[in-house]
Amino acid sequence: MHLSETISSGFFFLAPWLVFAPVTGLLINLIFGRQFSEKVIGTVASLASGAAFVVSVLLAYSVSINHGERVSVPLAEWIHIGTLQLDWTFRVDSLSTTMMLVVSGVGTLIHIYAIGYMHEDVRFKNDEGRYNRFFIFLNLFIAAMMILVSGDSFMMLFVGWEGVGLSSFLLIGFWYEMDTLARPSWANSNAAKKAFIVNRIGDFGFLIAGFLMFWYLGSFQFDEVFKAAPAIAESAPWVIVAITLFMLVGVAGKSAQIPLYIWLPDAMAGPTPVSALIHAATMVTAGVYLVARSAPLYTLVPQAQYIVAMVGAGTALFAATIAVGQYDIKKVLAYSTISQLGYMIAAVGMGAYVAGMFHLIAHAFFKALLFLSAGSVILGLERGHHAHAHHVSHVDHGKKKKEGKKKEEERGHNEEHGEAFDPGDMRNMGGMRKTMPLTFWLYLIGALALAGIFPLVGFWSKDEILLDASLHYTSVYWQLTIAAFFTAFYMGRQIWMVFFGEPRHAAAAHAQESPKVITVPLMILAGLSVLGGALNLPFEGFHNLGHWLGYTLGEVEALPLDLKVAGISTVLALLAILISWLIYGRNTLRAGQPDPLKRPLGFIFTGMENKWFVDEGYFAVIVNPFKKISQFLADVIDERFWHDFVHDTVILGTYNWLSEIALDRYADQKGIDAFANWLGDATQSVSATLRKVQNGFVRSYALAVMLGVVLILGYLIFK
Amino acid sequence: MVPVDYYIILSAILFTLGALGVLIRRNPLIIFMSIELMLNAGNLAFVAFGRSYEITKGELFFNGQIFVFFVIAVAAAEVAVGLALIVEIFKTRKNINIDEMNSLKG
Amino acid sequence: MTSELIVFLVLSLVAVSSALGMISGRNAVYSALFLVLNFVTVAVFYLLLGAPFIAMSQITVYAGAIMVLFLFVIMLLGAESLAPANLLPWQRPLAILLAVILAVESIYLVFVRARSDAFVAAPDAAVNSMDNLREMAMILFNQFLLPFEVTSVLLLVAMVGAIVLTKQVKGEKR
Repeated sequence: MHLSETISSGFFFLAPWLVFAPVTGLLINLIFGRQFSEKVIGTVASLASGAAFVVSVLLAYSVSINHGERVSVPLAEWIHIGTLQLDWTFRVDSLSTTMMLVVSGVGTLIHIYAIGYMHEDVRFKNDEGRYNRFFIFLNLFIAAMMILVSGDSFMMLFVGWEGVGLSSFLLIGFWYEMDTLARPSWANSNAAKKAFIVNRIGDFGFLIAGFLMFWYLGSFQFDEVFKAAPAIAESAPWVIVAITLFMLVGVAGKSAQIPLYIWLPDAMAGPTPVSALIHAATMVTAGVYLVARSAPLYTLVPQAQYIVAMVGAGTALFAATIAVGQYDIKKVLAYSTISQLGYMIAAVGMGAYVAGMFHLIAHAFFKALLFLSAGSVILGLERGHHAHAHHVSHVDHGKKKKEGKKKEEERGHNEEHGEAFDPGDMRNMGGMRKTMPLTFWLYLIGALALAGIFPLVGFWSKDEILLDASLHYTSVYWQLTIAAFFTAFYMGRQIWMVFFGEPRHAAAAHAQESPKVITVPLMILAGLSVLGGALNLPFEGFHNLGHWLGYTLGEVEALPLDLKVAGISTVLALLAILISWLIYGRNTLRAGQPDPLKRPLGFIFTGMENKWFVDEGYFAVIVNPFKKISQFLADVIDERFWHDFVHDTVILGTYNWLSEIALDRYADQKGIDAFANWLGDATQSVSATLRKVQNGFVRSYALAVMLGVVLILGYLIFK
Repeated sequence: MVPVDYYIILSAILFTLGALGVLIRRNPLIIFMSIELMLNAGNLAFVAFGRSYEITKGELFFNGQIFVFFVIAVAAAEVAVGLALIVEIFKTRKNINIDEMNSLKG
Repeated sequence: MTSELIVFLVLSLVAVSSALGMISGRNAVYSALFLVLNFVTVAVFYLLLGAPFIAMSQITVYAGAIMVLFLFVIMLLGAESLAPANLLPWQRPLAILLAVILAVESIYLVFVRARSDAFVAAPDAAVNSMDNLREMAMILFNQFLLPFEVTSVLLLVAMVGAIVLTKQVKGEKR
C-alpha cells in the first residue's frame, strides 16, 4: 500500500488497537508479571497506554484530513437476534477522538507517575508483591474507557461503562484489607463496594433508557437512534423525555451528580494515581461524554435539558460548599471534582456542548495535576514520617506526640512508629513550600487554573460555561458563579494550609521532594494547564475546539469573549483568594488550632465539615431499613419459616414418618416381614409335624409299606 | 379235584398271616420267621401256578419248581446272614426288642 | 366233594392254624415249632401238586436246616422273655385291619378277576419217575445254569458273611 494512499484514506483501520493495546499490556503483565521487575511492569503498562495514545493521535489526524468526516470501523458481529442488530463497531469522529486523546494522553502520564508512586506506596504498606496488580487494573481501565468512548452504539458504550465501573471498584479497593491509615479495616473495601453499588443504581437508569430506546426507536446504534428520534418526538415526546431523564440517572451515578455523588469522596481511599485518572480526569467524565453524544436527543426536549442543567448547577454549588470544610487534601479535591463535573453537566445540559467538552479537557489537565501533586505531597509526608521516626528511639512509645492535631481515631494502637499517622490530613501539613518547592509551584499552577485565573486554561473554559449560562438560564448562572467564588476560596484555603506557615507535624518538617518520575508528568500537566486555553480561545478564528467538535455536533454558535461575565468571575475569584488569605494565610494555622471558620459560621461549618450529613441520611432512610428487611427475610422467612418449618418439620417430618412409621413399622415389619417369617415358621412347624413320621420304629415303617401295598393293590383292582 | 384258585387263596392267606406277624411281633426272631412264612406262601403260589399251566397246556412244565428251588436257596442264605446279625445285635444291646432299636428316629 | 378236596381242606386248616399259632405264640420256641409244622404241611401240598423234589427239599432245607438254625439262635439268645411295654399301641389294630383288607383284596382278585378253570387232580405215579427228575435236572443245568451258579456264589458269600459278622476281633471282650 502506498504511503500517500494510507495517509489520505487515514489510519482508521488502527481503531481496534485502541482497545487491543491496553489489553495486550494487561495480559503481558498478568502472565509474566511475576518475573518482571517493577520498572519493566510499569514500562509495559505505560507503553500499552502510550500505544493507545499514538493510535488516538493517528485517528484524530485521519479525521482531520478527511475534513471531520465520521468513519465507522467494524470489528465483529455481536448480537443478531430478530430486529436487534448490534455489532462491535468503532466510531471515529471528532468527538470520540477528543475523548480518546484526553483519556489516553492523561492516562499515559499517570501511568508513568504511578511507576514512581506505587514503588513507594507498596513499600509504605509492606506489600511489594501487589505492584503488578495495580498496573494490570490500570490497563484494564484504559481498555474499558476506550471501548466507552469509541463505541458506535449505546450498548457498546454501556459495555465500556460497566468496564470502567469494574476497574474503578478494583482500584478503589486496591488496599482492600486496610483503611487509609493502613490499619486492618473494612474501610477501603466498603468504599469500593459503595462506588460499585451507587454506580449500579446509575446503570439501572441507563439500562431503562436503553430499553426505551430499543422499544420505541428500534435500535441502539447512534445514527439510527438519532434518525428515528425526531419522529417519535413529534408523536410521543414523553418517550424522548423519559430516555433522556433516565440517562441522566446514569450520568448522575457515573459523573457524581446529586443524588448519586456520594461514592466519589469515599473513592479517595484508592491510591492517588487512581483518584487522578479515574475520579478526576476520565471515568467521571463519561457522563458528560454521554450527554454530549446524545445531543440530538436532548435538543429535542428542552424540558429535560433544563433539568440536566439544574442538576449540574445545584451539584456544583453544593459540592463547593462541602469542600470548604474538609481537612483531607484529597477530599477537598474530590468535592472540587464533583463541583466541576456539575459545571460540565450544566454546560452540556444547556446545550453548550463545546463549552462542556472544553471544560472536560481543561479539568482533566488541572485536576490530574492537582491530584498527582497531592500524591506527591502525601508521599513526601510519608517519607518525612519514616525518616523522622527512625531518629526517635522506640522508648518513646508512651510519650504522645504533641505536634500536630491528630484525628481521634489515631490514638491507640501502635504501628511501627507508635501512632497511626494520616499523611493526607492537612492539619498535619504546613510550610511544605520550603520542603517540597517543586511540588508547591506545580500545585499552585493547578490551583490557579481551577480557580479560573487568567490566563490559565480554567479561566477560558469556565468562562465559556458562565457565558452560556448567562444566556440561557439565569438561576444556573448565579449558582455557577457563587460556586466559582467557593472554588477559589477553598483552593486558597488549601494552599495556605498546606504550603504556608509552619509545619504542624514532624513529618511535614522532614518531608522530602519527590523523584523525577513523579514530578516530570506533573510538569507536563502544568504546561498543558497553562497553555490549554489555546484550544478554544473565544476570539474570532481561534475557536479551534468548537470548530473541531462542530464536525460531530453540528455548527456551534461561537461566542466571543464577554467582558462582563469574565470580569465578574475574575473579580469574585480574586476576592475569594483574598478572603482566604485573610483567614488562613495571614495568621497561618498553628498545630492543634481548630479551623478559624468554625466559630463564626457555627453550625454551617459543622454541616460543611460533615458533608451536610447526606450519607447519614441515606443510611437512615434507605440502607438500614433495607438491611432490616433483608434480615427479616433471611431469618424469619427463610430460616425459620421456610427452612425450619416447611423443610424440616413438614417435608422432612412427613418423609421420616412415612419411611419410619408407615412403611417401616407397618408395611415392612408387620406386613412383609410377618409374611416372610410366617412362611419360615410354617415350614418349620409342618416339618416338625411331619418329622414325627420318622419315629425310628421299624414296625411303623413296615406298616407304612403294608399300607402302600394295600392301597396300590386296591387301586389296581378297582380302577 | 381241587381248583387251582383254592391253592392261590391259601397262599394269599398264608402270606397275609406272615405279613401280620411281621407287623405285630416285637421279637426279631419271630419277625424273621414270619418273613420265611411269607416266602413259603410265595413258593406255594409258584408251584400251584406251574401245575395249572401244566394242566391247561398238557405238557410238562418245570419252571415253577425250579423257581422255588432258587427261592429256597436264597432264603437259606438270607437266614444265615440275618441270624448272624441278630446275634451281633444281641451282643451289644443285650436285648432284641425291635422297638428298642430306634436310633434312626428323625 | 371228592376226597382230594377234603384232604385239601383239612391240610389247609392245619397250615393256617399253625401259621396263626406261630405269629401269636408267646414263646419263641413254640412259634418255631409251629412254623415247622407249617412247612411240613406245605411240603405235603407240594406232593399233591406233583412236585416231589421240591417237597423233599422243603423238608430237608427249610424245615430241617433253616428252622434248626432258628432254634439254635433262639436257645442261644434266651428269647423267651420279652420286654413288656408296647411303645406303639396304635399299631396292632391298624396292622390287623390292613392285613384283613389285603386278604379281602386278594380273594376278590382271585375270585372275581383272575378266575382259572384248571382243576388239580391227584398226581399219578409218573410224577415220581426218574424221567421227570432227569427232565428237571436237564432244565436246571441247561436253561438255568447261570442262576444256579450265581446262587452257589450267593451261598458262599452268605457263609463268609455270617462268619465275618460273628468273628471275634482280638482283644475284644465278649
